[in-house]
Amino acid sequence: MTGLHLSAALNDAGWHPAAWRDPAARPAGLFTARYWTDLATEAERGLLDFVTIDDSLGLQSSGPTVPDDRTDQVRGRLDAVLVAARIAPATERIGLVPATITTHTEPFHVAIGIASLDHASRGRAGWQPRVGARLSDAAHFGRRAFPDLDRPWSATAEGAALGAELFGEAGDVVEVVRRLWDSWEDDAEIRDAATGRFLDRDKVHYIDFEGARFSVRGPSITPRPPQGQPLVTALACGVRSYEFAARGADVVFVTPRSRADAFAVVAQIREAERTVRRSGEPLRILADLVVFLDEAPGAAVSRKARLDDLDGAPLDSDAEIFTGTPGELADLLLDWRNAGLDGFRLRPGVLPSDLAGITRGLVPVLQERGAFRTGYQAATLRGHLGLARPANRYAAT
Amino acid sequence: MPVKPVHLAAHFPGVNNTTVWSDPASGSQIDFASFAHLARTAERGKFDFLFLAEGLRLRELKGRIHNLDVAGRPESLTVLSALSAVTARLGLAATVNSTFNEPYEVARRLATLDHLSEGRAAWNVVTSWDEFTGENFRRGGYLDEADRYGRAAEFLHTARELWDSWAPGDLVTDPGAGVFARPGSGAFAHRGRQFDIAGRFNVPRGPQGHPVIIQAGDSPQGREFAAADADVIFSRHGTLEDGRAFYKDVKSRLARYGRRRDELKIMPAVTYVLGDNEADAAERAAEIRRRQVGPQTAIAYLEGHWGRDLSAYDPDGPLPDVEPDLGEGVSQGRAQFRGDRGETVRRWRALAAERGLTIRELVIEATGRQTFVGTPASVADQIDTFVQTDAADGFVFVPHLTPGGLDDLVEHVVPLLQEKGVFRADYTGPTLRDHLGLQAPRTPRAARTPRKVS
Repeated sequence: MTGLHLSAALNDAGWHPAAWRDPAARPAGLFTARYWTDLATEAERGLLDFVTIDDSLGLQSSGPTVPDDRTDQVRGRLDAVLVAARIAPATERIGLVPATITTHTEPFHVAIGIASLDHASRGRAGWQPRVGARLSDAAHFGRRAFPDLDRPWSATAEGAALGAELFGEAGDVVEVVRRLWDSWEDDAEIRDAATGRFLDRDKVHYIDFEGARFSVRGPSITPRPPQGQPLVTALACGVRSYEFAARGADVVFVTPRSRADAFAVVAQIREAERTVRRSGEPLRILADLVVFLDEAPGAAVSRKARLDDLDGAPLDSDAEIFTGTPGELADLLLDWRNAGLDGFRLRPGVLPSDLAGITRGLVPVLQERGAFRTGYQAATLRGHLGLARPANRYAAT
Repeated sequence: MPVKPVHLAAHFPGVNNTTVWSDPASGSQIDFASFAHLARTAERGKFDFLFLAEGLRLRELKGRIHNLDVAGRPESLTVLSALSAVTARLGLAATVNSTFNEPYEVARRLATLDHLSEGRAAWNVVTSWDEFTGENFRRGGYLDEADRYGRAAEFLHTARELWDSWAPGDLVTDPGAGVFARPGSGAFAHRGRQFDIAGRFNVPRGPQGHPVIIQAGDSPQGREFAAADADVIFSRHGTLEDGRAFYKDVKSRLARYGRRRDELKIMPAVTYVLGDNEADAAERAAEIRRRQVGPQTAIAYLEGHWGRDLSAYDPDGPLPDVEPDLGEGVSQGRAQFRGDRGETVRRWRALAAERGLTIRELVIEATGRQTFVGTPASVADQIDTFVQTDAADGFVFVPHLTPGGLDDLVEHVVPLLQEKGVFRADYTGPTLRDHLGLQAPRTPRAARTPRKVS
């Protein structure tokens, strides 16, 4: 049996909006380097493939489209790429996958930021491109007007059109970023004293991307990252985002609500791969689960219920919510994986305690069952996922 | 009169011919280990900060990528954030362009670095107007040259509004009371010529309040911009006389903005060479210049100024008799060929004729000579003299080697400055503002955006 791939999604104080009020939380640390390096170190202790670090270009909100005025939930968030960079020298093996918002951030800046993270981490960088559809976030930039939707944008015709536009743009951004990563061949730097040349300019390439929305000339200012192509991930639910992932990502995060649903989602992902004529490695499919883990039977349920009470509503999530013991979670993961999942991205309900539930509870159980690595086998993030270092698209073969 | 403290900064070697890549001691310009080496060296020397420059497009000559100089560098803020993990006190200064970025993103990335480094972030605000660089950005290079300081000033002003949108104390984090942040935290609205934005900023106030602001511009507008709103100004005035004139001019501009003379530090970018004695140092300096200006580089310099292909000329022969083409030019992505090229050509011809110089000898003579050349004692004396006689408040040292180019400065010169009592023996505070002797930024709470309280 090949091992599962496991990652942890790091987000504020955890995925429950009241997580910061849990006795085990560290709310005063949310904006410190120590908090984030402790989390990443714990994840590395559990031999996880990678951590994702969420980001947004506006305040968190309990509503789907606009900020609220709640003061009883976490508000404020550090830039994820910089958090990942701060973690890099403090860790050795774990992959670091920050999110950026394709709707507002310049693709050139993203390309050099993730490439620089890959250099600083010696080949452990990934990237989660996300679209940002909030009207209120667009107003932070003042460069484009979005329709003022009072419902999640996917629920209206106008919102669906916006979604199509933003995913189309995100696809262009991924293409530009990938071309920029390849725009320096690995042996472009020659340091040839005889001719006085530092660079072989024939191995540094313009990318000349011309899209419907923007164009980018290139080349990058940053030499090709150690992994060649850092790992690209995407959270997807629905055909449009499955196809976006199938076009540009290496790993897709999906949100099945049951074992049967997992079978259906995997089939839809494979269909999306065929639709976009994906070549090369198939998508690695990781299912997202929000997890509350306690060794004592029933403890996780009542812990979550307390947080629900504090927040005034039961936790609402796009992903399935698991409450139980690490052993029960291991049973579920090993059952669901039969649907064709490569692994899971677990979203700890409360940080750092539910992360420790993964690394110190779940991981040993999976190891005992021969379903998870007992040591890192590779030095790079692509290596953890069993992905080779790709050839450069611009190199003469 | 009490002695003025000297401020020191380290410049990571640039992507130009100051950086010698042909030396056996020359290491990688992109490996993180190189950045970590220079940062640790600077911190061992108790430097105020490490500085990273930026260029968002590879330079070109005659329509092709310039291939003679070191090229390739990381995104500044990303590598500085990583460096905050391997240093504890050193200030971390990033150059970030105000033309190809938006205030919301830049303000939050700098505030993030300030949080992660516990108060060590600085921002060198630069502007660009060229469509050449704009081709790498979806917004393009639309800016009129005349607008660039207007945009930079409004960009910085807007960033300060964003940093002030969270007041000290807005972050409550009281689990018992169930209050994470005060109502209205981060609310802002800016309506200006360049930016019309409003909403909620999503990074709480950083340890320094505002990062340290650096400006590097020598034009009257650049000086005025710095006098109005910067904490540090870089200059290129590496001689005593020029330095004093610049210093006097810039400091005299501060009063009209209600600022004291010590609220803006003047730090010229300088190079240095150490030797066992003066003759040894001079010989080393000359050898470094020969490495910096190889035969191909000498021709490339001439082409930049002449604005035409001169590849048929012998670098060890006389200057071309062909006249310069003063049209568009052949160099892209370099500020230094933007001046009056005709005047430069006349001056170079006169110098070459007077001294009987070949092309390469001329370029060695006319460009980029080292600022300080001598024994550790004489270089320490020169540094002290510049500062005590108001030609500078300190220096940004630009090494010619990656990553060990400041090792000997820190080992041999810094202790002498410490002995003189003009440079700190150890850091006295945790933040970059502390190192530079700067006060916390003013945060006029009353002037803040009115808050909607629910």
